[in-house]
Amino acid sequence: MTTTTLTKSEPEDAVPAARRVRRPKSARAGGQHHGGPIAYAVLILFTIGSLFPLVWTAIAASRDNNRLAQTPPPLWFGSNLFKKLDVAWTDANLGKAFLNTTIVAGTSAATIVVLSTIAGFAFAKLRFRGKGALMLIVIGTMMVPPQLSVIPLYMMVAKLEWTDQLQAVILPSLVSAFGVFFMRQYLIQALPDEIIEAARVDGANSWRVVWHVVFPAARPAMAVLGMLTFVQTWNDFLWPFLVLSQTGNPTVQVAIAGLGRGYTPDQSLIMAGALLGTLPLLVVFAVFGKQIVGGIMQGAVKG
Amino acid sequence: MATRHDTAAPPVKEGGAAPGRPPAEAAQAEARRRDRLSRRWQRDIRWSPYAFVSPFFLLFLAFGLFPLVYTGWASLHQVEMTAPTDMTWVGLRNYTRIFDDEFFWNAAKNTLTIGIISTVPQLLMAMGLAHILNYRLRASTFYRVAMLAPYATSIAAASLVFVLLFGRDYGMINWALHFVGIDAIDWQNDKWPSQIAVSTIIIWRWTGYNALIYLAAMQAIPQDLYESAALDGANRWQQFFHVTLPSLRPTILFTVVVSTIGASQVFGEPLLFDANKGASGGAEHQFQTLGLYLYEQGWVNQHLGRASAIAWTMFLILIVVGIVNYVISRRLRASS
Repeated sequence: MTTTTLTKSEPEDAVPAARRVRRPKSARAGGQHHGGPIAYAVLILFTIGSLFPLVWTAIAASRDNNRLAQTPPPLWFGSNLFKKLDVAWTDANLGKAFLNTTIVAGTSAATIVVLSTIAGFAFAKLRFRGKGALMLIVIGTMMVPPQLSVIPLYMMVAKLEWTDQLQAVILPSLVSAFGVFFMRQYLIQALPDEIIEAARVDGANSWRVVWHVVFPAARPAMAVLGMLTFVQTWNDFLWPFLVLSQTGNPTVQVAIAGLGRGYTPDQSLIMAGALLGTLPLLVVFAVFGKQIVGGIMQGAVKG
Repeated sequence: MATRHDTAAPPVKEGGAAPGRPPAEAAQAEARRRDRLSRRWQRDIRWSPYAFVSPFFLLFLAFGLFPLVYTGWASLHQVEMTAPTDMTWVGLRNYTRIFDDEFFWNAAKNTLTIGIISTVPQLLMAMGLAHILNYRLRASTFYRVAMLAPYATSIAAASLVFVLLFGRDYGMINWALHFVGIDAIDWQNDKWPSQIAVSTIIIWRWTGYNALIYLAAMQAIPQDLYESAALDGANRWQQFFHVTLPSLRPTILFTVVVSTIGASQVFGEPLLFDANKGASGGAEHQFQTLGLYLYEQGWVNQHLGRASAIAWTMFLILIVVGIVNYVISRRLRASS
């Protein structure tokens, strides 16, 4: 292979264009060996394991209940899918639930992204007293279990008579310690000190620096954080389950959890609801999967 | 003195405050003007970082710290769901009451066993997957995205699907098991099977996510380490054990801590695994976790004070786990 002429430690940009040889991406990043057939077999097995329950949700939703109460279980689609999706949509009040969840997830994603970016910028690039201690608190908050705050939050919400109202779900989900941490990690590398200094020399104050320098530089990470937060808020269960009723004003998760109740639950209807609740995120994943994967991996690398 | 303010990035120390010898009149006026400008500049430099981080901390105070403290306060009172503002001081009675309750210990034990059955295989598989994904592969992005798909699925949807898959009479898993000669297992009503089933939901949702985190850490390991190991004659396995694993130690600890916290809070999966039994976690409480027990005490039995005591007990257990983790990681670092 011609690539062996390159020394591995040389950063890509240092290699003159003429000598730059295309190498598979994974080879650069430390994948030292080619994957053999066993590697592919294991991966394919896990891929099937990951995707099968999702596919089977659709299969079960497309069958009627008599067929689901037989062995062998159905392995291929029946003809009921759209009928069942339609019934689930009306029965579980899913239209309202989708609107609610979109509002909740959208608001909290947007707020978290903006607040995390400016806080992350301060922690990444600015000097101020107490910075170390405050960052420690941010990391520490990631460890506080949500169950601890649930009871007083519930009391607050009850007192304000916000039960069943969306702001009860939105307000506590506006903070994300992970978001601050994530943006800090990104900005440390992605935002050179010189650019900030240059903006300062030009007379920009801190807010202008944020608006004209930090936000443009952080845009890719903001997009990733936005998607991650959206997915997480969309899937939130504990808190919405406690404050929202299952029929009056539910989020999607609360609504489909309600489908499982009753002593002779309609299984294929439940599956139709579960499918509807998952579908939007699966579409997001199909389109932005690569970026989301990159974002998770980036958030994992410590700096 | 005034010239010091001409620099683009003024020193952090407040220059104008220092008493100086009285200079000439004109120079003094000029100095004062510059002083004002630079004060505004310095105020910006000094205070804007706090302005940037304050929204996070204000929200955290209101929705994180205050509830944390208040839960501790409420745990020392008798508070009923019907009148959450009437609090009667009872000291530690809520704690002694839950410690006397056999269902608390049952829930604690279940939380521990479900935590172990779900976390250990999950992280081991994630490590193996990450190692494989770190090879040069065709379509590697496809596998990564596919493995992350369960992460996009909600607890509610995943639990409901697995209830059907784990069905005793017509479930696909029992159907598959009969081909290898295993009789139908009652995944909902038998103790260990039900705990394994609940753990399976957790494993399914989180393995791919953890694999990606390990993969990211693996890709940050310098290639030279592998090359010198290879020169020393290390085979693939030896490289994995002597280069990959030691380099991954901080990441492994991180995932262990995060998974431990997650495992201590398991709630939705057991709640929905038998939706009709709800908060009791199965007919015999066989898969009731602490999270579910808290919900049962607070929202079903309406004892918010007792629920607060459970919440604080969970918190204290986590702190102990955190300290143990810290000590272990110190030991590991010292020994290497």
